[in-house]
Amino acid sequence: MALDSKTPKGPIKDKWTDYKNHIDLVNPANKRNIDVIIVGTGLAGGSAAATLAELGYNVKAFCFQDSPRRAHSIAAQGGINAAKNYQGDGDSTYRLFYDTVKGGDYRSREANVYRLAEVSANIIDQCVAQGVPFAREYGGLLDNRSFGGVLVSRTFYAAGQTGQQLLLGAYSAMNRQIGRGKIKMYNRHEMLDIVKVDGKARGIITRNLITGEIERHSAHAVVLGTGGYGNVFFLSTNAMGSNVTAAWKAHKRGAYFANPCYTQIHPTCIPVSGDHQSKLTLMSESLRNDGRIWVPKHMKDVEAIKSGTLKPKELAEEDRDYYLERRYPAFGNLVPRDVASRAAKERCDAGFGVNATGEAVFLDFASAIQRYGKETAHVKGLDENDAVLVKKLGQEVIKNKYGNLFQMYEKIVDQDPYNTPMMIYPAVHYTMGGVWVDYNLMTTVPGLYCIGEANFSDHGANRLGASALMQGLADGYFVLPYTIGDYLSDDIRTGPISTDTKEFAEVEAEVRKNIDHLINNNGSHSVDYFHKKLGKIMWNKVGMSRNVKGLTEAISEIKELRNQFWKDVKVPGTNEEYNEELAKAGRVADFLELGELFAKDALNREESCGGHFREDAVELDGEQKGEAKRDDENFAYVSAWEYKGEPSDAVLHKEQLEFKDIELKQRSYK
Amino acid sequence: MNLTLKIWRQKNASDKGSMVDYKVNDISPDMSFLEMLDVLNEQLINKDEEPVAFDHDCREGICGMCSLYINGEAHGPDRGVTTCQLHMRMFKDGDTITIEPFRATAFPVIKDLIVDRTSFDRIQHAGGFISVNTSGNTIDANTIPINKHDADTAFDSATCIGCGACVASCKNSSAMLFVGAKVSQFALLPQGQIEATDRVLNMVKQMDEEGFGNCTNTGACEVECPKGISLENIARMNREYLKASLKG
Repeated sequence: MALDSKTPKGPIKDKWTDYKNHIDLVNPANKRNIDVIIVGTGLAGGSAAATLAELGYNVKAFCFQDSPRRAHSIAAQGGINAAKNYQGDGDSTYRLFYDTVKGGDYRSREANVYRLAEVSANIIDQCVAQGVPFAREYGGLLDNRSFGGVLVSRTFYAAGQTGQQLLLGAYSAMNRQIGRGKIKMYNRHEMLDIVKVDGKARGIITRNLITGEIERHSAHAVVLGTGGYGNVFFLSTNAMGSNVTAAWKAHKRGAYFANPCYTQIHPTCIPVSGDHQSKLTLMSESLRNDGRIWVPKHMKDVEAIKSGTLKPKELAEEDRDYYLERRYPAFGNLVPRDVASRAAKERCDAGFGVNATGEAVFLDFASAIQRYGKETAHVKGLDENDAVLVKKLGQEVIKNKYGNLFQMYEKIVDQDPYNTPMMIYPAVHYTMGGVWVDYNLMTTVPGLYCIGEANFSDHGANRLGASALMQGLADGYFVLPYTIGDYLSDDIRTGPISTDTKEFAEVEAEVRKNIDHLINNNGSHSVDYFHKKLGKIMWNKVGMSRNVKGLTEAISEIKELRNQFWKDVKVPGTNEEYNEELAKAGRVADFLELGELFAKDALNREESCGGHFREDAVELDGEQKGEAKRDDENFAYVSAWEYKGEPSDAVLHKEQLEFKDIELKQRSYK
Repeated sequence: MNLTLKIWRQKNASDKGSMVDYKVNDISPDMSFLEMLDVLNEQLINKDEEPVAFDHDCREGICGMCSLYINGEAHGPDRGVTTCQLHMRMFKDGDTITIEPFRATAFPVIKDLIVDRTSFDRIQHAGGFISVNTSGNTIDANTIPINKHDADTAFDSATCIGCGACVASCKNSSAMLFVGAKVSQFALLPQGQIEATDRVLNMVKQMDEEGFGNCTNTGACEVECPKGISLENIARMNREYLKASLKG
């Protein structure tokens, strides 16, 4: 099947308006006869459920957590971008569009990104109307801050808990519709497959996680808002339950999977402390506004710090290597995430890592504390040379800005970051790749939509800070409600979809067969045993830095591990009860397939772009020596993979990316 | 560290349930409490025994999914943290740790340490929202100035993660802190004024129907709340409720 992005014709700034003026609508009486299934209740799924219910459709929403309020969007810290230009600093729809395309290293679809920028301002209006308590200035108006990779202040925030507040806003909008009976909410339900009837997505098979009951649910359209697949690495900043199953099952039923190798490795996370570690914790990007990143210049000092004979704060200024400031004088500590992560890896690989595992660098607030302390002392007319006073005042300023993050750090690491530098290391955080969708957010399966992090469309090869929340809410509140209506207008005479058909029976039988296999396997290793092994392969060979040898090995190792898993995994208990091991086993089985496609995609893409860094695609000389080298001539396309049985058999389809409104340039941060 | 764990095991909602003893060895002080339970579960699976079921998800203290009543305290002995942020350095080698589910009539046990907290959701369905359609055609965000103090206080109330520690810690199993936090968030904002009367009446009615108890001002909820939600929220809800009742 040839890929058609269905991007509307005309100038980029008019596309969305023209599109909305010409689509088919469904009248309110007919909406009452149409059912929509939404899987996932994070920012994308939750906002879509609320809006579609409000419009009059019958919505059935599903989440695996015990309440829609717990979806992992809740953990987003920093903020949400919107082209409001409240600061009068030159922001505009075009600039947000431009920054997002450039930040994504020119691997996203222009028309989708422009629409995202266009609706961004509405999100803020909407959220304020819903009672989301954004940070405000003393005059009562909304406050903004700045994030990496941009030159304006367009990030709206609610302390370090912006995701939480936005999700609770969407949750409240859902609650209103649940109360009205327009959303039927299914908590603790996991989607295990998609059902197609006459080629169209018409339902899903779910497992009730409390009783184990396998259920059939039908609808006129199915929407996936099921998040990213970072947990393929086992260790990531994702929640423990975050998984690829819904997206992967969709892939196996005909939805193309796009750019699986585009993964964001976030530079500032708390390092791994041992084999017991179950997840990683992010320290917000906003910390790089005030923190300076360094490792010792000399190996003897590295050894001394590791052995505890030298305290990091005692090391003289001239013996420190502020490597980001050294390598990227123009952007310094505020280079984009992919660049900062690779630079940390480079230093640690060279042996300069500062903790026991050798995988940590310092993020130091001492100079910010000094600077703020002196400033405050000056403002208050106190003695700027009183070192104790200055330090105290400076620490107070830092506490006001980042208090909750510092507290989190202290609880996990048991060190006081006000008095000793934080230790940080990159960790898997977000996946830009995902299910391929057209301009309508529809996958290659008619009637199957994919929104939020689960799709691939807006962030190219690297996502800018504070843009994930923007995309989730834009898709759910403002884009999908229009595009899905256009599709559903053909269904006003269809009537209810029966689940008592052979299509549903066949898919249900497959789901049951899978579960029976896992339960009766009686193998010798737990699910986590395999998940951890997969994570190690992914991190070592498909992680921050990739090469042909490693990727080729990864492909065969993952395949081998998958075979072992099916032969030897041990799932205790039965299906007919609450059984977390069974739920995990199903998710890991899908990760074991996705992982291979991920490596295959990375092997195919013989260029470095955004989060995808190939050691054989670097600048060889000149000012940019050693930096990532993109290849626009051969790789300015979206890799959309079609399922053909085994991941190794997947067929590549290319969506050529056209840049009519933005000139392709090399990203330089020197 | 080597530890003895006394854990509540209950097959399902209708099972009677009992405490069972387990031993775990070589626990690192850097582990989180839930990672310690991961170790126990791996051990149980390898011995062909059934792992202990407990709720958890984000493991960074924000989703509100994890619970556990540890040595008689919701989320254990540390302050201002959820169970997933509680670290084993809070315990000593040789300790015996008692682990139970959050107990309340309105939180029935599903299995082992997992309870059903959908009563919290139903209270929110009754009024935890502002009735504004998500069309995007609202007024510009900056046409409603809100003084910083009120906005910040509303934010503090809105940081409730809905974990249920307040209910579990209260001798009356009262949900007043949870409900008060949502009522307060909207009561402090101009957007919330229009429906203020119905909201507080409906939410309190649902809270009572779910079988939560009343507040007798002991304040245990505030002490055990991992997010430091203040008792002022209960006082504010009572004022709102009185005001609404008088309006009728």
